[in-house]
Amino acid sequence: MNKLTTTLLIALLLLIGLTGSPVQGQQSPSPKGSFLLLGAVAHLGNGQVIENSAIGVRDGRFTLVADATVIRINPAEYDTVITGTGQHVYPGFIAAVSGLGLIEIGAVRATNDASEVGDYNPHIRSSIAFNTDSKVLPTLRNNGILIAQVIPSGGTISGFSSVVHLNGWNWEDALMAEDDALHLHWQQLLSREGWWVENARLESNEKYHTNTDKLYAFFEEARAYAQNPSPAPVNLRFEAMKGIFDGSKKVFIRCYEAKEIAEAVRFGEAFGLDYVLVDAGQAWQVTDLLKQYDVPVILEQTHRLPPYGHSDVDQPFKTPALLKAAGVRFGLSVGSGWDAFWQTRNLSYHAGQAVPFGLDPEVAVASITGNLAEILGLEARCGTLTSGLEATFLLSEGDVLDMRTSRITHAWIQGQAVDLDDHQRVLYRRYMSKYGLE
Amino acid sequence: MINVLYFRQAFSRAVPTLFSLLALLLTANGLAIAQTTFPTNGVRDERSGLHAFENASIVVSPEQTLEGATLLIRDGKIVGVGKGLAIPADAVRHDCSGQYLYPSFLDLFSQYGVANKQPYERASRQEALDSERPGAWAWNEALLPEFDAATAFEGDDKAAEAMRAAGFGAVLTHRRDGIARGTGAVVLLRGKGQEHGSLVRERAAAFYSFRKGSSTQEYPGSLMGAIALLRQTYLDGKWYARQTLPRKEVNLSLEAWNNTQTLPAFFEAGDHYSALRAAIMGKEFGVAYTFLGDGTEYRSLNDLKAVGSAFVLPLNFPAPYKVSDPLDANMVSYPELLHWEWAPANAALLSQAGIPIALTTNGLENPGMFREALKKAMDHGLSEKAALAALTTEPARLAGVSAELGTLEAGKRANFLRCSGPLWDKETHVLENWVGGERYGMEWAEASDYRGKYALELNGKRYALEIGGNLHGPDFTVKRDSALLPSEGKQDRDRLTLSFEDQEAHYRLSGWWMEGTLSGLGQDQRGNWFNWTATRTAAFEPKPDTAAKKDEKRLMDPAALPRPFQAYGGTSAPAQESVLFRNATVWTNGKDGVLEGADVLIKNGKISKVGRSINAGDARVVDATGKHLTAGIIDEHSHIAISRGVNEGTQASTAEVRIGDVIDPSDVDIYRQLSGGVVASQLLHGSANPIGGQSALIKLRWGASAEQMKIEGADGFIKFALGENVKQSNWGDNSTVRFPQTRMGVEQVFVDHFTRAREYGRRKAAGDPTLRPDLDLEALLEILEKKRFITCHSYVQSEINMLMKVAEQFGFRINTFTHILEGYKVADKMKAHGVGASTFSDWWAYKYEVIDAIPHNAALLHKMGVVTAINSDDAEMGRRLNQEAAKAVKYGGVSEEEALKMVTLNPAILLHLDDQMGSIETGKEASIVLWTDHPLSVYARAEQTWIDGRLYFSLDKDTEARKTLAAERNRIMLRMMDKAAEGGPTREPEAEHEHNYHCDDLEDEGR
Repeated sequence: MNKLTTTLLIALLLLIGLTGSPVQGQQSPSPKGSFLLLGAVAHLGNGQVIENSAIGVRDGRFTLVADATVIRINPAEYDTVITGTGQHVYPGFIAAVSGLGLIEIGAVRATNDASEVGDYNPHIRSSIAFNTDSKVLPTLRNNGILIAQVIPSGGTISGFSSVVHLNGWNWEDALMAEDDALHLHWQQLLSREGWWVENARLESNEKYHTNTDKLYAFFEEARAYAQNPSPAPVNLRFEAMKGIFDGSKKVFIRCYEAKEIAEAVRFGEAFGLDYVLVDAGQAWQVTDLLKQYDVPVILEQTHRLPPYGHSDVDQPFKTPALLKAAGVRFGLSVGSGWDAFWQTRNLSYHAGQAVPFGLDPEVAVASITGNLAEILGLEARCGTLTSGLEATFLLSEGDVLDMRTSRITHAWIQGQAVDLDDHQRVLYRRYMSKYGLE
Repeated sequence: MINVLYFRQAFSRAVPTLFSLLALLLTANGLAIAQTTFPTNGVRDERSGLHAFENASIVVSPEQTLEGATLLIRDGKIVGVGKGLAIPADAVRHDCSGQYLYPSFLDLFSQYGVANKQPYERASRQEALDSERPGAWAWNEALLPEFDAATAFEGDDKAAEAMRAAGFGAVLTHRRDGIARGTGAVVLLRGKGQEHGSLVRERAAAFYSFRKGSSTQEYPGSLMGAIALLRQTYLDGKWYARQTLPRKEVNLSLEAWNNTQTLPAFFEAGDHYSALRAAIMGKEFGVAYTFLGDGTEYRSLNDLKAVGSAFVLPLNFPAPYKVSDPLDANMVSYPELLHWEWAPANAALLSQAGIPIALTTNGLENPGMFREALKKAMDHGLSEKAALAALTTEPARLAGVSAELGTLEAGKRANFLRCSGPLWDKETHVLENWVGGERYGMEWAEASDYRGKYALELNGKRYALEIGGNLHGPDFTVKRDSALLPSEGKQDRDRLTLSFEDQEAHYRLSGWWMEGTLSGLGQDQRGNWFNWTATRTAAFEPKPDTAAKKDEKRLMDPAALPRPFQAYGGTSAPAQESVLFRNATVWTNGKDGVLEGADVLIKNGKISKVGRSINAGDARVVDATGKHLTAGIIDEHSHIAISRGVNEGTQASTAEVRIGDVIDPSDVDIYRQLSGGVVASQLLHGSANPIGGQSALIKLRWGASAEQMKIEGADGFIKFALGENVKQSNWGDNSTVRFPQTRMGVEQVFVDHFTRAREYGRRKAAGDPTLRPDLDLEALLEILEKKRFITCHSYVQSEINMLMKVAEQFGFRINTFTHILEGYKVADKMKAHGVGASTFSDWWAYKYEVIDAIPHNAALLHKMGVVTAINSDDAEMGRRLNQEAAKAVKYGGVSEEEALKMVTLNPAILLHLDDQMGSIETGKEASIVLWTDHPLSVYARAEQTWIDGRLYFSLDKDTEARKTLAAERNRIMLRMMDKAAEGGPTREPEAEHEHNYHCDDLEDEGR
């Protein structure tokens, strides 16, 4: 154990002392006290870096984010001082459009709360099903994922997501933004015929217009309903949708191919929505359109195969750089697919994957922190290392974008130190000990 | 060349007359060959059917044409052909001056007159493990060797007529259902009620396929299962024949199987790769199949030539895509685009390569499209002679009916076409199709030619009437003082109808040609009747066909075929090079560890030298400064490049199936994995059953054939599996009957199978003649004899421990536990057993049995001395296994050198390939990767991937390949747009969705 680690450990213990029980890091009532992190390379989450930083935290918020070489700091103002020389500090990573906390074990139906019955479910709310005690959460926390947007995923309109931090005793406690966005799946223009056979054909979706017209009609009715201050009868679906027409709630639209993207943009503009495109794998083909309407995109999984046999073999790797170069606002997610909830611990490597294919590393960091916070409308609370924001951040021994160097040693959520232990580490230690290994 | 349009018009015109003629033939002439055993109601009407066709050009065979010759037929047979034949006085004589006689065509790929099989209905939706068929038949519903198409044959007037119109006189018909489909019959195309006179040869040939058709049974659920089922049935047939009395099992299907083994064998395999698979399988049992092809055969031209099979080829050429929408067009796969260009050249390419071919109407919407398609094939280089042979002598030979069909020689069936000229000429019409000595008229064979210029006088006005154009459908024009008048004329053999207008006058004429004069009755606009006569003033002069387009000859050069036929396929295999990598960081994986600033020389496919300041000699120098050189990545657990199913999985043990039978060398994932530094993979059967199938070890030699990809001399491996998949835990409520449903049952499957395999081995060693060769037990016996090695899918410690105990009980060791996510819990036991581990870096939570999976597993196993690899089981992860290896450093602190070995040397050890691969040491294979960065870093890209000293991937080559691909796609799309502009048929763009297999993929791909 080196000196630095010892120092950090002591610091951590001190913090724990301040904040109470470390059991799975769940958070006590609002943190009090202050600490100063000195000397770490700070990746601010907005594309900027401070090589030798001074970061002050008081009562759960950043009070200071500065270049330690140019400002005067009085360590005595802080309860604790942590030396972070040679280490890297980042804003906490955000798992956007995630099924986290809704699924515990993929194949066990009893543990799956991600997808409700029904096609149009705007009244569904993920927040109340978010399982703060999921055994999966700690395995994400210790890889830097500290905030998640938890989304329902069934039907055409899946329902409302909420943004939570990953250190809550219960869902209420974890909530950062309740019912922040409505999630809908744009109709696919191509439907898969005979998906079970090798090289199934994708054929024109005959129900495309029927289904899309139905969606437009539904939104039109919902909008009309929202004009009535005392509607009768009360319709829970339309009640739930009121916020998207006054701009207080966002709409996330999942789509993939260029035409679907264009259609989703038309839809978003037609209803004047505050909308975000999700997945949008072929967004790189229509960057002019996305730029023109300033539509943000949350790309899913750089670790995926190209869509077509003749696609460039590195297409998913380079898509983020293409969007960046075109000036499209974007973030990255591991998504909400069948394996995404546990795979999300690799979120920062999905971002790192884009770097050798042209994405600036600090933009890669921003794509899972600051950019996402902005897309989620939470830039005033999290996503960057900015004075005044909630102190949700982490410290790593090395570059977090690279699995080779990413070693997260500390994390704080709203100023609260997070226990980075998990079930897997417990098992590891137990069996190391069984075998008498170091 | 045949003028296709012309044929179509001619046919539609001929229809009314054809019907009347048919009626005549069926009522009168048809009786001439009535069933002799049948009683007659009324007065007998027997006829000799003696006809002489005189002064004809007789194309006896593709090799021989007789000019001014006579064909003599009697009683449905040819009795003479030649010049100056004596013509019996009682022969009906046909003057064929200027006409051609050809043998009519024979189609070998048909279900003419044979109804589909009705599938069995099952009461339960549970897995169908057993056959539903009552009786002493084969165990599997897809084995129907006893089916005899002749016994089910019923003539079909409509279908026969359509085929005759396309020039066919006979077909080899069979029922397209099942894997062993039974026998087919050669029948004449004579329609309903004529069955007795139509059957030329019953049980002419046996038919096979790789699809189980209407079978309701689970097995086989994959292509490899279909192959195994056929192989086992060949063995069963031999065993059945050896049985002594009293027989333990009477099996009427096997009896029928044995009885049909001497017949010509026809195989509907699917695509070119599957034809090759079947041909290789056939060789094993001394059977040479004739393949009912699918039109993709040109893609494996050389391989198919090498196996010496014959092919029955369809002419179903795809229409061009509508590419006017660039986004839609962009979704069309490259092979689909290419196929549009290459498909019409298929027959020509095979023929020119010396592969025997026949042609079929199968695959066309209707036989009426055959001639147009044939013309297209000929425009693409199929010679007239080869085309004729492929329709006559070759099919007759392949069906074993050359003594009766295929040429116009005495003694053969009177099956011939009477044509107005040479068959391939534009102007030529097929006038009559004689089938078994019966005339089926298509056109007016002995037409009067009254074309020419005529003078016609009506009401004191002189009109010039011209009858021109085609003899069988002339055009009419009427002029007065050289002014063209609106007119409409129609010919019905020797009668004509003509109406025209001249200012206020309107004439309607009905007339007839009689002894050189055209005359008749007419009526004018006032209703007045009159007689008329037209006087011929000039004979007909054919006009040169100026409107005809130039023949579009389009020859395809087989050297230009992409290999494989896929995006990023090249036209030549990379050459073995001598290369010196200068000044690299070399991860030797050997005693030298990681060498900074080192040189590596590769030569003759091997690593020749590793060191510093190596003399390049004549080797090409690659500046590797700042770059890393490692052994190539080996994926111990992969499911890429597999055709039609990764799981047989329909029984608890399917040790008989072999992934090696179903390698798909055109899977673009091979190329993608090369781009991630992968050089070799173990292609594994899935994990749906305790004893899965045999693995294939391949090197990713992109562009090579399936056989060439297999690693020479590699040991045999087999997939076993444990846990939730094999006990069908997550397959729903319709999968609860197959044994085993618990881990307790899984153990018994193993014990039972190895017990039986041991007994089998003893009987085999003792030379027991009653032993039934069993491919399942053979594979298991190889395990007991340590000639085949187990890779076992595993998660939970209890069953891992169990399988080691079972192996120890039977005196062998498990080679590798794959996935092995709880391996860390029994690492000491694994070490003691001597088994290796091939695991995921950090997968968990996807099912209950991985709840205790930890990302430190690889590290812990490694620290305990277990040879540990990290694998993908996933086409996407497979191309960045170096990153997965890095996680063993992150979780558990393995050294970087040891971590890299987990995706290079260690899998080589687990696959028994470490004497050739897995490290950069002198003498090992030059299967290596040059990385742009530290090989464990997310920032590293494989810059060059070498296999056996051949550069299969490089960033530079990839850049070029993308340009070529884009240019080719664009070129083809422009051609498609041209074609669409010409107004031909087009089709909507469609995309192909690639299927990337995982080991729990279960779709039934046996159908």
